[in-house]
Amino acid sequence: MIKIIVVGNGMVGFKFCEKFVSKSGQEKYQITVFGEEPRRAYDRVHLSEYFAGKSADDLSMSTATWYEENNIILNTSELVTDIHKENKTITTHLEKTHSYDYLVLATGSGAFVPPIEGVEKEGVFVYRTIEDLDAIMAYAKKIKQNGATEAAVLGGGLLGLEAAKAVRDLGLNPHVVEFAPRLMPRQLDKGASNMLRSKIEELNIKIHLSKSTQFIDGDDCITGMMFEEEELLKVDMLVISAGIKPRDELGRGAGLEVGVRGGVVVNNQMQTSDPNIYAIGEVALYNHMIYGLVAPGYEMADVAAEQILQGDKTMRESIDMSTQLKLIGVEVASFGDPFIEHQEGTPIVYENKLSGIYKRINISKDGTKLLGGILVGDSSDYNTLFQIYSNGMAIPKNPEDLILGARGGESSSMGSAMDLPDTAVICSCENVTKGSICCSITDGSCETFGDVVKATKATSGCGGCKPMVADLVKEAQKSLGKEVKDVVCEHFAYSRQELFDIVKINKFTNHNEVLGTIGKGDGCEICRPVLSSIFSSIYNDTANKHVTSQDSNDRFLANIQRNGTYSVVPRMAGGEVTAEKLIAIGEVAKEYNLYTKITGAQRVDLFGAELNDLPAIWKKLIDKGFESGHAYGKSLRAVKSCVGNAWCRYGMDDSTTLAIELENRYRGIRSPHKLKGGVSACIRECAEARGKDFGVIAVEGGWNLYICGNGGANPKHAVLLAEQIDKETVFKYMDRFLMYYIRTAGPLVRTSTWLEKLEGGLDYLKNVIINDSLGINETLEAEMQQLVDTFECEWKQAIEDPEMMKRFRHFTNTDDRDETIEYIPLREQKMPVAW
Amino acid sequence: MENILKKYESVTPSDVKVWFNAGKTADFPADGGGCVKYKDKQIAVINFERRNEWYACQNLCPHKMEMVLSRGMIGSADELPKIACPIHKKTFSLKDGSNLSGDDLKIATYPVKIVEDEVLIGFMD
Repeated sequence: MIKIIVVGNGMVGFKFCEKFVSKSGQEKYQITVFGEEPRRAYDRVHLSEYFAGKSADDLSMSTATWYEENNIILNTSELVTDIHKENKTITTHLEKTHSYDYLVLATGSGAFVPPIEGVEKEGVFVYRTIEDLDAIMAYAKKIKQNGATEAAVLGGGLLGLEAAKAVRDLGLNPHVVEFAPRLMPRQLDKGASNMLRSKIEELNIKIHLSKSTQFIDGDDCITGMMFEEEELLKVDMLVISAGIKPRDELGRGAGLEVGVRGGVVVNNQMQTSDPNIYAIGEVALYNHMIYGLVAPGYEMADVAAEQILQGDKTMRESIDMSTQLKLIGVEVASFGDPFIEHQEGTPIVYENKLSGIYKRINISKDGTKLLGGILVGDSSDYNTLFQIYSNGMAIPKNPEDLILGARGGESSSMGSAMDLPDTAVICSCENVTKGSICCSITDGSCETFGDVVKATKATSGCGGCKPMVADLVKEAQKSLGKEVKDVVCEHFAYSRQELFDIVKINKFTNHNEVLGTIGKGDGCEICRPVLSSIFSSIYNDTANKHVTSQDSNDRFLANIQRNGTYSVVPRMAGGEVTAEKLIAIGEVAKEYNLYTKITGAQRVDLFGAELNDLPAIWKKLIDKGFESGHAYGKSLRAVKSCVGNAWCRYGMDDSTTLAIELENRYRGIRSPHKLKGGVSACIRECAEARGKDFGVIAVEGGWNLYICGNGGANPKHAVLLAEQIDKETVFKYMDRFLMYYIRTAGPLVRTSTWLEKLEGGLDYLKNVIINDSLGINETLEAEMQQLVDTFECEWKQAIEDPEMMKRFRHFTNTDDRDETIEYIPLREQKMPVAW
Repeated sequence: MENILKKYESVTPSDVKVWFNAGKTADFPADGGGCVKYKDKQIAVINFERRNEWYACQNLCPHKMEMVLSRGMIGSADELPKIACPIHKKTFSLKDGSNLSGDDLKIATYPVKIVEDEVLIGFMD
């Protein structure tokens, strides 16, 4: 039996154990782990989530039984105090002695506490372990009761900003104090730091740069921090997060070689100066550097495990420190050499203070290579830029296209994903290369995107690489000579746009007709709703027609909730509602005991309505003058507005009236996906109009019309279609824009994605809508006008027709209710029992 | 909640002891379904008019235990008739109840016969 002792039970120590048991089959080996903390290894990267409500167990890297199942002895709360490398033993603070064949030092690092007078005072903490966090939480609670509001974080790096967020989550006003003249000094340049600063300050986190703390003020407890020139910052708590210090005292004591500024020196096999002792993670000094990121630590763990098992894997010469992350909600990325000296290359910088975006790329002197860069505010280009940088790929003739997109030209600046070398890692979660994705198609083992996902696991982690994988699959299929089309599903060999044209030209009016003529099989949950939507767009059929081919929500004209009940949302155009109508809604909610909540679309949602009650509820609402809000449909939801110049002292125009007119014009119209709109009366943009599919903002001399934005998983600001236009023109362009989108977008494609995929992009679309480059605007406007003229409230339709009413029953053979629906109390209302 | 699942076990035509009259054919919309109550069971009845076929299965979606399958959309996958749950779009074979979305949850199916305009569903008890 070969004995391995792992000292330190952090993320890297744990990763070593995980890698080792997966490689060794372990019968021959006995691993013993010592950790000074009282718990199993946990995810320190996401430590701040502990404040946001995650438990220590949630953060744990393994299940409670993992060590036992893998035959690993875990000793928590036991500190190794000495290594005797001559006779290969260790002793612990319990004065126990253990012998080893191999020793792995994974003691990590501790918080670096700068030598400032007064750091020992009560209320000064470090930010490193769950115990630290518990102490911070307890102290924050105590001082808040005494009326304290301000707390400081020393250190404006990655961890410091995380700590600031944590302090804010505790209900205190954070002040970030940084010695350097910028935030994240290792990753960001001045411009990027300024941008990040203004974004973070919007979140009420105060930033103090270039501050050298002289001493901590206060008697027993901290009451402030004194900077140079007698500048005092009054705070009642201080969290120090100013960097890390390798925990190398064990190695030092054992006589292992250590660096001048700390860290146990290792070679590329992770061996220390004693060949039986390895060091990994933040305690290891490799190439004169300590690597404070988890990815290099994991790689070191892998190398050490391989080496002990007599493998030949070694650590790479240069370790990439590129990072992409979301800091307090702000996207930040840095890759390669973010700074670059003037003799080596030239930076290109794009800065947009209005939208809070900073991008910098560093180009080699000869203009052929990307050497590094920084992104703040929008890191969506990171994947592509990182691929170009790490694979040394050629860059476009105008390198600025990399961050600005191609302007004016036809082709995309990034080229196709096929230009990447086969070794490029596309899915970094599962470490899948471009080569293996394409190969799985070209060698015939996979046919579709789904097959590739199953075979390679690509996209199954964070999913961020999905678009790239989909492009590669498509291109690989093309290379085999297969025609690649965005067909709707297995029943139709057509795209949605083609189906739309076919239905219109052939005047098809129902599903069976279309399936029988140009499709095959019996349709499915994908193509049936697509056809229903197309019939609506062409004939304005409401969802009361083709009932069994409507998505469930459309079929019952309500939004199905997780317990099979529905929610009810009446229209409140522009978010305007009278007291009378509010009372009416309240009365209905009370009568049917519905959970009531204000939605993001400025209206009221009533939850928990049973299928059988929907018609009666709607009858009451319609009698009071309401109509369907179409919250259930792939159609216009609502047009949000600020109050406008009717009341607001800043308002430049009447946003509420325009919002109501827009909402009432386009209500009920079915589209490829849901549509949302917004109207703001000035550039303060209280209606968040640029986060919508269409947004109108009042400016001097008219309205600005923005299109193709959305919130959701991938927020996009709407882009400017036309400036300073009058109301009539707003409607004209809107008619054309919506109808063109309805005709040409794929199923469930929001306007922003549609625009992204549209060949020629915004310039092309402007040309169609404004200059009528396709000569179809008259038709588009006429089609829209016909839809507007034939609008009918489908709920009114339904409750007036006894045949239509039949479908609103849970059982067809009895009036009994569904007895499986159960509720539990939620504040003063109710919610369904948990799944 | 899992106990509800145990109420539903597939019945083959040869096992049928009771033919329950679930209503008229006209009670069930063409190419869609409705839910009937039989003792303490909820059964989804599917009128697959396109294929001139009828199916019955549990109304309970085994994924999240909601009584909703009868409100789902019908269709076919490689000619196999199927139904999609309206909540998360898991699809099930109407022939044998197997899950076509790739996991192992499946649903119970029941024989249906049409006598004149009456819909009869076969149960064991």
